[in-house]
Amino acid sequence: MTSYHSPKKNYSEILHETVNKNYKKRMIVNKLVTVLSIVCVIAAIIPLGSILLEVVKNGASAISLEFLTQPQGSIGSGRGGVGPAIQGTIIVVGLASLIATPVGVLAAIYLSEFAKGGKFADLVRFFNDVLTGLPSIVIGIVGYVIIVLSIGSFSVFAGAISLSIIMIPIVVRVTEETLKIVPYSLREAGHSLGISKAKITLSIVLPSAKHGILTGIVLAISRIAGETAPLIMTILGTSLFFTGITGPVDALPLRIWRLASQPYESAHAFGWGSALVLILMILAMSIGLRLLARRSSFKGAV
Amino acid sequence: MTSNSKNSRYISSLFIKRTKRGDKVFYGLVIGATLYTLLMVGLVAFSVTRGSIDIFSAEGIQFVFQSNWNAVEGREAFGAFPYIIGTLLSSAIAMAIGVPISLAIAIFISEIAPPRIGTPLSFITELLAAVPSIIYGLWALFVFRFWVRDLIEKPLYDAFHGYIPFFAKTPFGLDIFTAGIVLAIMIIPIISSICREVMRVVPDSQREAAYSLGATRWETVRMAVFPYVKSGLVGAAMLGLGRAVGETILVTMVIGNVIGPGAIPTSIFSQGQTLASLVANEFNEASSDLHLSALIALGAILLVLTMGINVVARILVKKKIKVSSGAKSQ
Repeated sequence: MTSYHSPKKNYSEILHETVNKNYKKRMIVNKLVTVLSIVCVIAAIIPLGSILLEVVKNGASAISLEFLTQPQGSIGSGRGGVGPAIQGTIIVVGLASLIATPVGVLAAIYLSEFAKGGKFADLVRFFNDVLTGLPSIVIGIVGYVIIVLSIGSFSVFAGAISLSIIMIPIVVRVTEETLKIVPYSLREAGHSLGISKAKITLSIVLPSAKHGILTGIVLAISRIAGETAPLIMTILGTSLFFTGITGPVDALPLRIWRLASQPYESAHAFGWGSALVLILMILAMSIGLRLLARRSSFKGAV
Repeated sequence: MTSNSKNSRYISSLFIKRTKRGDKVFYGLVIGATLYTLLMVGLVAFSVTRGSIDIFSAEGIQFVFQSNWNAVEGREAFGAFPYIIGTLLSSAIAMAIGVPISLAIAIFISEIAPPRIGTPLSFITELLAAVPSIIYGLWALFVFRFWVRDLIEKPLYDAFHGYIPFFAKTPFGLDIFTAGIVLAIMIIPIISSICREVMRVVPDSQREAAYSLGATRWETVRMAVFPYVKSGLVGAAMLGLGRAVGETILVTMVIGNVIGPGAIPTSIFSQGQTLASLVANEFNEASSDLHLSALIALGAILLVLTMGINVVARILVKKKIKVSSGAKSQ
């Protein structure tokens, strides 16, 4: 019968049919991909939810005044606390940020304000990237070989230097990226007033980029505050309070690791408690630094 | 009048001199800081070489291919081979699970979800990236490993252990497989946020062209977005790989920590050891200088491995982000 129809209509019918069939298939594939990607998002959120839940649930019951201020009691007794670890984390991380922040920001100023596209700057950026990608345990080796072996003792100093090596490249990169966004007209305004380059950079460019730089610093500090591996090789970890910059000290991540490998329930509870304290400290640090930036007198232009 | 202009010239000359001196000091400071960062790179290279020189002069390149590990004095034997395999296998599992999921998340956030959902979601993934790995480790050791054991390994064991030697061991939940999954969880936020950044570079005109031809959303992603940023996506995955290969503490807590020839994995469910986890485990108990040197040499191998991965990855990602103005297509 179909042979009596005009071929034109026939073709268009066939065409219509195929397109329609194809269209359905394509729509199904499209829906499938959408659903699949939503499933993946949910799959990634479940661990986060579980981690936060477990840390808060198990950690909250461990925290008390004794836990926050006292050194650890005898192993397995469930007495005492992680006071030295809290103190040690503040000291080591604080010292590392005191080294890394000025070095990182100044190096970024060199890259963005002075060197720009030169070969040397490219080299610095390349090595900076290399430094960013290094596993933290390798950086621990630096602290050990250079400082621990020459002082002859595991020390706060070695830990702080190692952590600062992890922190510097992060600060450099974020600061440089932020300085690049500061509009060039601001610098030109400074030049037209005859202000020196140092002054332009320090009192015009840096304040404008303040928020971005601060975000970078906060990011970097929270990264090093959670580092464990380099501390194994540099500060060792003790159950005593700070004794001096050339002596060993404890830190929260290190303490969590040691506690988790002990076979006692009470030690595990302490581990969860330390984890909660660590997260809260990082949170407090990041909120605190942001508030500080907001309150300081100079409001950024960007 | 003349004295006045003289004065002002004198003052301005003072001013210029001072600013010039200030500039010089400032330039010295910034160049000093830059050199300091280079010095740190030098220190890394120096200390890793210096630390591992003993073992390489004792064992030679054989160190990389041997699998015995014995720190007892007089019978010392050190070989890195099992841990290289352990590192590669656990990272491979992490990549196999992590990369597709990260890509799907990046697609969802940048191409599918409206900003109302996408923005908080990207915030959540950033949050996940900020969780210290020690806390992932704690969670993996006390919570997640039981999920893996009860939901995946036990059923597989019950179903296959009679027939396939692959499933011969009673599952613990502490093995290369668990380490791989937790590593995947750890690198997903990293990879997906870089993928998102890379995909943002694709100009909307590319997408609009695909849509105007009647492409569905998936077809747009597949035919207009992916080809444009392929190398950037590969780079993102490799940056994640760099993290997985170098991750220490998390792996140490869940991989089972065996040493010697037994650490060469017979299946993905066997206990293992990675380069980094062995260093973390034994560093404080190193019994001799040679033992210590062997551990540092493991770090040296790790350094070379991650450096290679990262350098290639950065080149791939950078190349993409540089053409962001979007005049070029492949």
